[in-house]
Amino acid sequence: MSEMRELPRLETGIPGFDQIANGGLPAERSTLVAGTAGSGKTVLALQFLVTGVEDYAQNGVFVTFEEAPDDLMRNVQSFGWDLAGMVRDGRVAVVDATPEPGEAVISAGAYDLSALMARIENAVRRVGARRVILDAVGGLFPQFSDPNTIRRELHRILAGLRKLDVTTIVTIERTNEEGGIGRFGVEEFVTDNVMVVRNRLEQEKRRRTIEILKFRGATHQKGEYPFTIDSEDGVTIIPLSAQELTQSSSAVRVSSGVAELDKMCGGGMFRDSIILASGATGTGKTLMVTEFVKAAIQEGEKVLLIGAEESREQLTRNAEAWGVDFLKAEEEGTLKIISRYPEVMGLEDHLLQIKRDIRDFGPKRIAIDSMSAFERVSTQKSFREFVIGLTSHIKHLEITGLFTNTTSMLVGGESITETHISTITDTIILLRYVELLGEMRRGLTVLKMRGTWHEKEIREYVIDGNGMSIRSPFRGVHGILSGSPTYALDLEAAQLGSMFEADHSGS
Amino acid sequence: MNYRLRLYVTGRTQPSQRAIHNLKALCESELAGRYTIEVIDVLEYPRLAENEKILATPTLVRQLPEPVRKIIGDLSDHEKVLLGLDLVPDEHNRARGLGRYREEEPKDDVDGSESE
Repeated sequence: MSEMRELPRLETGIPGFDQIANGGLPAERSTLVAGTAGSGKTVLALQFLVTGVEDYAQNGVFVTFEEAPDDLMRNVQSFGWDLAGMVRDGRVAVVDATPEPGEAVISAGAYDLSALMARIENAVRRVGARRVILDAVGGLFPQFSDPNTIRRELHRILAGLRKLDVTTIVTIERTNEEGGIGRFGVEEFVTDNVMVVRNRLEQEKRRRTIEILKFRGATHQKGEYPFTIDSEDGVTIIPLSAQELTQSSSAVRVSSGVAELDKMCGGGMFRDSIILASGATGTGKTLMVTEFVKAAIQEGEKVLLIGAEESREQLTRNAEAWGVDFLKAEEEGTLKIISRYPEVMGLEDHLLQIKRDIRDFGPKRIAIDSMSAFERVSTQKSFREFVIGLTSHIKHLEITGLFTNTTSMLVGGESITETHISTITDTIILLRYVELLGEMRRGLTVLKMRGTWHEKEIREYVIDGNGMSIRSPFRGVHGILSGSPTYALDLEAAQLGSMFEADHSGS
Repeated sequence: MNYRLRLYVTGRTQPSQRAIHNLKALCESELAGRYTIEVIDVLEYPRLAENEKILATPTLVRQLPEPVRKIIGDLSDHEKVLLGLDLVPDEHNRARGLGRYREEEPKDDVDGSESE
């Protein structure tokens, strides 16, 4: 064998799919899609066909073995797919291989499926198809008495399609989420390319995934990738890490809205960076968000604010208390507030929805208050995928993102959100309560900031009618972040007076 | 009663030739003078196969008398062909298969039948 050469691909246009497939389906080959009832395999296959016609001017043929063509076409109308129209316009041809109701086929001697092959071939030639789907080939087996013949014939049909230069998706039903690929010994007739779609119940949530098991002679991403099916876009696959590496890095800085914080960060936040502000309740995270939004409004940049814990009214009222007029900004079109509680849908759907909001509004900045609220409604895995999916998407668009995270402990502490998303975010700002000599104070530090110098000290800040004012560093105190500060005793007397240097003469 | 039969074949392949031969022989012996046969090559007329939803070849379609019946294979199994065409003057089969002979003794049937 000579060294393996990458096969040419056919870009499907199914959102996310071409990324996990490293470019698309192996062109002019057939790929099996196996899945249980309701796993979305037929929708995926039909989307392959419809997208081909709509976005690539590639006509298609669909062969249906179980569901009547009219039913199939009606079912996908809700996605806005006008298959019937495509059939009328000669862009899609249908081959109906469903059994005639109540018709018993008597077999009297040797036969093959040449008639089916001739019909498919005729349909392909008639519309000049590039894409073909064979939906629910399992439906063929009960129509005939000899499964071996059917397997052999399917194999022959797929070989025939290859000669017609079409790329084919074959769907087949599985009885179980685990175990064999499909029923009727499908492995025997489709062996080159296999994908599995799953629809599992995980911690009371439905989770759809797609996995490419193999592409012969072609690379692909491994493992399961979540996807959603919804009425607007049909199937959307969330490619996660596959797109992480391609991000460019911007050197342009934007203001966080707090001048002193910008200084601490060496001159502001990077345009395409993700900032995580983490702290206990009442430490001023929402205020930071408000300042961030305000800075955007002042710059005339569009900003999208997603509230996951508070209603629009609450967010607006809070901002007003700090002197920021959200309503006016919304009227002027620089701000869009979306209040959506995490419980209303699964995280995959949230991600899709947020991407859509971004697409529709086109913001330069996005704030999510709070990110940790989404953690409540999902498994750790889904949450991580959600965060990765979202961050890579907004970085790709060079949008500045500010996420907040609520820690459960009042002083010190670390949350799962922190551990989960800290590696993904570029900048982490910790907001902490500090118990100091019997008094509750607040401390802030820039824990990490990618690609630049930043101040490492822990600074005190206060929240008042003007918003957030950052003051001088805590001195002579250790262990603030762990929540149990200790003092350098011998220095205490000397330092008590100078613990906070009076460099804020104005306050 | 006239029989209108249509036989779908693929080109000049052996099973197709066998089916044509078998059908002609059978019709001559059982239906002499009251049948028409139309042989259709699916490679030439795929639309006809589409209309009648033919998947396999050879497929024999009994278009008349109604109801339409389909028999697949090279028709080498004469008994099954006769059965499929309702040409078997067999008490047993009539009683079970067609249900039109209820007045005759209803036989208890367990084994598989070719009826609908």
